[in-house]
Amino acid sequence: MRRLALTLCLLAGPILGGGALAVGLPSEMLRDPVQEQRARDIGHELRCMVCQNQSIEESEADLARDLRRIVRERVAAGESNAQVVAYVHDRYGDFVLLRPPFTLATAALWGAPFIALGGGLAAIFLLLRRRRALPAAAPAPLTPAEQARLAALEDDSAR
Amino acid sequence: MSDIPDTTPKAGTPEPGPASAPGLGRRRALMLAPLGLAVAGGAGFYAMLRGMGTGTYDPRGVPSALVGRAAPPFALPPLEAAGLPAFANTDLAALPGPVLVNFWASWCVPCIIEHPQLMQLSREGVKVLGINYKDKPADAATFLTRHGNPFARLGRDEPGRVAIDWGVYGVPETYLLDRGGIIRWRWAGPVTPEVLEQDIRPLLKRHA
Repeated sequence: MRRLALTLCLLAGPILGGGALAVGLPSEMLRDPVQEQRARDIGHELRCMVCQNQSIEESEADLARDLRRIVRERVAAGESNAQVVAYVHDRYGDFVLLRPPFTLATAALWGAPFIALGGGLAAIFLLLRRRRALPAAAPAPLTPAEQARLAALEDDSAR
Repeated sequence: MSDIPDTTPKAGTPEPGPASAPGLGRRRALMLAPLGLAVAGGAGFYAMLRGMGTGTYDPRGVPSALVGRAAPPFALPPLEAAGLPAFANTDLAALPGPVLVNFWASWCVPCIIEHPQLMQLSREGVKVLGINYKDKPADAATFLTRHGNPFARLGRDEPGRVAIDWGVYGVPETYLLDRGGIIRWRWAGPVTPEVLEQDIRPLLKRHA
């Protein structure tokens, strides 16, 4: 039973963990699974500066491997997640953070969803208001000439 | 025939003509909007491609976090075969005038492209300090024998840890430090003749 549970855990690991892991070598990993998990969580927040669209946990680049090692050294030395991230952020700047901080330069980035949402809501509001306004303006009553023509047409079709 | 009424507009019915002119102008503006957008986009892309061609714009370029700060502390061993003194951050403050710090490696192809420009600067008396990144000492020495040695000092960073302290993400990278030892500029990529003329020379003049 315990063996089955272990097998299930091992199978579930890569599925639940999500994303490919470049840390393949056991020598790269920390002995303590809790610390290793923390190192992975930190690594997934840090951009590989070489490939730029992968985290350092996913990248095969040399620099990413070096940074993975530094992250693990610092975790093992007892630093908090924020301290480890600050160490890398201090050297590589905002770009290294896959979740960019809110600054003047990133305001448009963070604000874009709210601007889009606001624009969409405004469009819906204006459209609904216009649609509601339309039936309110009742069509002008028919003039005597129009009434006469309508009667003539009805006469034609009745014949 | 008599049942066809006259078609002259009556009072109360909307009149076509001058009254709908603003609506027509708006429609024309809407029709022209995509064209305007395409023109603006085209101009933007043209500027980007031009910048990439002349080397003034790099879409992968990332600003250095160290600009405006002093160089991080380090002490690197020398490359014995080159006969150059070792290189530590304390050397930077002792040097007069602006200096360049260049991260390079013998296995790095763009480093060969930028080498003549470094040689030229060193001949003109600009202090170029080298940090040899993740290289074998013998390979680095062979590179300097073959292409010339522009460096006043040279430190070996075989583990690449000092490079990480500088925020280096690939060789070659070149930093310009003012006379106070503060990092003023970083270039990630080879120092081409254009970079030398358009960036480095004005900066050397400004920080002289």
